[in-house]
Amino acid sequence: MKKRGLFFLMVLLVVASVSLEAAPKTKIIVGVFPALDTAYAAVLPEFNKKYPHIEVEIKSLGFDDHHSQLVTALAAGEGAPDVAAVEIGYIAQFVAEGGLVDLLKPPFNAGRYQKGITPYTWAQATANDGRLIAMPSDIAPGCAFYRRDVFAEHGIKVEEIKTMEDLFEVGKKVSKDLDGDGKNDTWLVSDAASIAWMIIRSAPELYFDEKGNCLVDSERFRLAFEWAKKFQDNGLAGGIAGWTNEWYVAFQNGTVAYEPSGAWLGGHLKNWMAPETAGKWGVTEWPALRPGEERMAGYWGGTFLAIPEQSKHKEEAWAFIEFICTNVETQKTCFEVADCFPAWMATWEDKIFEEKMDFFAGQQARLLWIDIAKRVPEVITNRYDSVANSVITTELGAVLQEGKPVERALQDAKTQIERRVKRGR
Amino acid sequence: MYGGRERPLPPPYKKRKRDRMLAELTLKKKVDRFLRRKAPYLFISPFFAFFLVFGAFPIFFALYLSFHDWNGIATSPMVFVGWENYWYTLTDPLFWQALKNTLLLTVESSVPQHLLGLFFAFIINLGFVKFKNFFKATLFLPYITSTVAVSMVFAILFGYPYGFLNYLLVSLNKLPFFQTVFNWWRLDPPLKWLGTTSLMLPSVSTQIIWRWTGWNTILYLAGLQTIPQELYEAARVDGAKWYQVFFKITLPSLKPVLQFAITMSVIGGLQIFNEPFIMFGKNGGTGRGGYTLAMYLYQTGFEWGYFGSAAAISYLVFVLIFVFSFISRRLLRSEEGVS
Repeated sequence: MKKRGLFFLMVLLVVASVSLEAAPKTKIIVGVFPALDTAYAAVLPEFNKKYPHIEVEIKSLGFDDHHSQLVTALAAGEGAPDVAAVEIGYIAQFVAEGGLVDLLKPPFNAGRYQKGITPYTWAQATANDGRLIAMPSDIAPGCAFYRRDVFAEHGIKVEEIKTMEDLFEVGKKVSKDLDGDGKNDTWLVSDAASIAWMIIRSAPELYFDEKGNCLVDSERFRLAFEWAKKFQDNGLAGGIAGWTNEWYVAFQNGTVAYEPSGAWLGGHLKNWMAPETAGKWGVTEWPALRPGEERMAGYWGGTFLAIPEQSKHKEEAWAFIEFICTNVETQKTCFEVADCFPAWMATWEDKIFEEKMDFFAGQQARLLWIDIAKRVPEVITNRYDSVANSVITTELGAVLQEGKPVERALQDAKTQIERRVKRGR
Repeated sequence: MYGGRERPLPPPYKKRKRDRMLAELTLKKKVDRFLRRKAPYLFISPFFAFFLVFGAFPIFFALYLSFHDWNGIATSPMVFVGWENYWYTLTDPLFWQALKNTLLLTVESSVPQHLLGLFFAFIINLGFVKFKNFFKATLFLPYITSTVAVSMVFAILFGYPYGFLNYLLVSLNKLPFFQTVFNWWRLDPPLKWLGTTSLMLPSVSTQIIWRWTGWNTILYLAGLQTIPQELYEAARVDGAKWYQVFFKITLPSLKPVLQFAITMSVIGGLQIFNEPFIMFGKNGGTGRGGYTLAMYLYQTGFEWGYFGSAAAISYLVFVLIFVFSFISRRLLRSEEGVS
């Protein structure tokens, strides 16, 4: 009898402890791609302290795999994470397809944070129908990385590159044929396409205006394509594709002197692409498109956090997003751990942004990035941006590689894009 | 069982017991019979269950989808649009460009595959060749190698301007003889293997050829081994030359295998996706020079969110595959009607 009583007591204790322990705890899955996984893992202990009832599992996949799996999961209606990271290159796609909740609606009411977030990135996450499909977590102000040693060798002062014309003249100085085979062996830029993207991404409008008219045959696009072609035809571009061995070698050897990119490239250069070139690099703003104009300011990357409509724990997911995106300490840790440049502007007040960076020969590059981020024009995302981006990319390739006339390329691009827009869905 | 002699009736008290036993017996027999007749279906049912879920359902769902407008989100409605998806696809210049690339790529990658496959199979099948298994394994190895690893190797091979092929060309270009040859061909190394439209398809087809030659070799080798030795002996006695043997005996006897191998190549070629996708990216590279039908399908559905159109494309590809395999079967039909 005594034994039985003890047994019941024990069962009761076990059941009670299990239910007390497990019942109120909600588990959310956060789907990210590399670099973000280390950043979020670093701030997780702090999150757990603040929200002891939420358990977070970070699920990390490769960059492309993460996004394609998200698309599949949204189509299947099952299997998407509760919080999904979306890179800027995919934002337009999700604006078009839907499947992510509008964060402006209750219970999220993200609108109250708008003042704190870098304005241009807030606009990027906004669809042309007014939805906010994701919360900006980190940004990538566009800049150019240049080789101080190469510039010094040719007596070039970086401050003197004020316009595209100046940049072109500098390009002619640094692009040299070293072995006399009639072809250049050092270049200004790795790929002439980045010249065009610099101009396209700093425009006050992207592919469409507010009314939805296609703008790809505008003066801005014509200039973007023509400048890229001019750099290409004069041998100032290496024709080296990004993320290839050739690209890394060019950075290591200094055969490319000026690389337009996002702030994040600095971390990659320092950590694995060309660590032994420390101190030889500098960061600079893009030049002005025309003399007398302000310097161009654009973006080159950026990440957003979204909640799929199918998530069963939207409020917990939102708590995580709030914690990542609107918290100075978290944003700072993510920046320190994985170079995620903060989208939450209050973070920029921190001392860490005044640091003189050894990799850039003591330059205060972070202050420059902040300055650029403030000037990037606000462009909302159109649901056809994804189609337009694909069309413009291939037409730009045809102009640079095949010598297709610029006028015809832009006309073809417009026809292709409008064909899809006219379909009306 | 009860044939033959009459049995005396059992006493009534035993009858009930016997009836019960009989009933048990028949039940057992019934189960037994049921198992013997139906069990095979039970054993193959897992395959059909999986086929229904992963094979038949998608096929019919895609057909249904191809007449609807759907953005690929589970909760959003499908709107019936009739033939609009087919009409839109067939009038889309991108579709025709992708079709042209796909057909070119199929030809450029299949023809060498089969010629090389036949050649290797013929050599390995010769009596005096040693280490046959080693050669078979080596030739088959590319087929089972991870595509990602292979793509990295090919990226190094085709790299611009420092890739291995370009290194070779640039070095050769320093010799006067090759310089003349290159000039004559208007080649100006280093070449943008993956960036010039005229070179893109040949470059990607080398990877496909490399991957599939071993597969075809094994197929042809199996075919060659079914040819009776007597035919060859008779030919030798009659004093036939080796090429006569090849064209009059080997090739005709291989027709059924040829037909199978070529049909498989046509099907594989029209669906080619992996290699060009990895080499040129989702947009198919310069001027979409490496954009195939499968990539067009993928981009339409998964990037631009037109799942109805994507389903329509998949059915158009199905029609193409049907037509082309039908043609190849017709052309290669063996005289005896064996297929």
